[in-house]
Amino acid sequence: MSVLSLTLASSLVLISIFVSCYQKLGIEKEIVIGTIRAVVQLTIVGYILHYIFAANNALFTLAMVALMIVVAGNNASKRGKGIPNVFYFITFSIALSAAITISLLILFGNIHFRPQEVIPVSGMIIGNAMVASGLAVSRLKDEIKNRSQEIEAYLSLGATSRQAAQKVIKTAIKTGMIPTVDSMKTLGIVQLPGMMTGLILGGVDPINAVKYQIMVTFMLASTVSISCFSVTFLTYRNFFTKYHQLVSDL
Amino acid sequence: MSNKYQRSKEIFDSVDFRTKKGYNLDINVTIVTIEVIYVNEIEFKDVSYNRFGNKILKNISVKFEGGAIHTIVGPSGAGKSTLIKLINRLIDPTHGSILIDDVDIKTIDVIDLRRRIGMVFQQPHLFEGTVKENIEYGPMLKGEKNVNVEYYLSIVGLNNEYATKDVKNLSGGEQQRVSIARTLANNPEALLLDEPTSALDPTSTEIVEKLIFNLKEKMNLTIIWITHNMEQAKRIGDYTALLNKGQLIEYAKTYDFFTNPQNEITKLFIQGKLKEEVK
Repeated sequence: MSVLSLTLASSLVLISIFVSCYQKLGIEKEIVIGTIRAVVQLTIVGYILHYIFAANNALFTLAMVALMIVVAGNNASKRGKGIPNVFYFITFSIALSAAITISLLILFGNIHFRPQEVIPVSGMIIGNAMVASGLAVSRLKDEIKNRSQEIEAYLSLGATSRQAAQKVIKTAIKTGMIPTVDSMKTLGIVQLPGMMTGLILGGVDPINAVKYQIMVTFMLASTVSISCFSVTFLTYRNFFTKYHQLVSDL
Repeated sequence: MSNKYQRSKEIFDSVDFRTKKGYNLDINVTIVTIEVIYVNEIEFKDVSYNRFGNKILKNISVKFEGGAIHTIVGPSGAGKSTLIKLINRLIDPTHGSILIDDVDIKTIDVIDLRRRIGMVFQQPHLFEGTVKENIEYGPMLKGEKNVNVEYYLSIVGLNNEYATKDVKNLSGGEQQRVSIARTLANNPEALLLDEPTSALDPTSTEIVEKLIFNLKEKMNLTIIWITHNMEQAKRIGDYTALLNKGQLIEYAKTYDFFTNPQNEITKLFIQGKLKEEVK
């Protein structure tokens, strides 16, 4: 794609500005800022990746992945505002899911430990783990708040914190996993996912692109389950004291 | 709860639930042998509880005698629920201590304490599933198998057909009775009741009152019962305590409490003027 054709494509943004002006939505400024930010951020990332790919250095690759994990952890932790150490729990869970999934993909020979492969795949894994763990934590917090009396009923019968929270833990993990499971069901029919679209546009044979997409589907299923399981089990303890008392003011 | 108070292996054969007050629940109880340990006394020693800087309970000192029903009355927000949650350590006091038969409850394993001091809430909060599963929950946590569900159902005046029913299909009154049976299945030595009848119709309320009264009479349980209803306190309480704005205003035998109150605030409360006049 030439720079000229890309510049011409930017005129598509004018359509959204036109709609905003015409319908008096008042979001023209946001559209312009959003467009500029997207162009600047992507250009910087493009150059950074270009440099990392060229250097082909394991440390640089891992540093890039670590940076992605920290940014994702920071973003998802906003969902669990007020819970002590939630940033660390979420960041750890995202890192754990990424480490396990990528290691297995390398072990099974699906991808190689090269920046060109590890970084984009990590991006997809980390992005999905971020959304899933954020959802799980936010649901956990809401469920404990809404079901505090039921939890106290369990505790008063002699249940431990873990036993009393069993139901809300299950609900939280399920909430984090459901969007991925749902999208798996409609994959290829309702949506052609980003990776597959990218490969097809890049000239890869659709059959080959599908193989990659199937791999991505498997890896996302593993990623969201690990991250949701980990973050929920790490976080729920914060809602209880060591004497199995519910801390209701989080 | 030391062993000196333990009277073991008491046999409840054909328990007659017709009591001296003429309550009759038509209950047939199977012959069971259970180990009964009695609470002789629950004592609050200068107990305070703060939350978010607010003093919810202020310097409470009181002794609740064992084997009696103690009703706790007082306006909303007086700290009644907080008071009983301290006894089974769903919360801990900010200051002071609570003793059961001279033993500080902080020295008792908290899970063990909660099994020995059962609690019933305003809403039954039954768990999803059948009545049987709910009743078996507490004993199952202790690793007990073969829970005599029929016996616990019979105590609350429900026949064994209820065991397999889904809790969703029960009326409010039946649900509350199952929640009491679920608590009793842990063989508690004392019961904490947080307005167990406030969401029930008059008939169900009467059934629950009779049931709790019989439990005290036949099993010698120590019962602390929070109620908004003064008439209920008069009917069932051996002793009555008034809490207002976190302070224990008066604690006396129920008859004396209502006929010869010693405190001005108690007098206002009995006249139904407390909320308006004492701020």
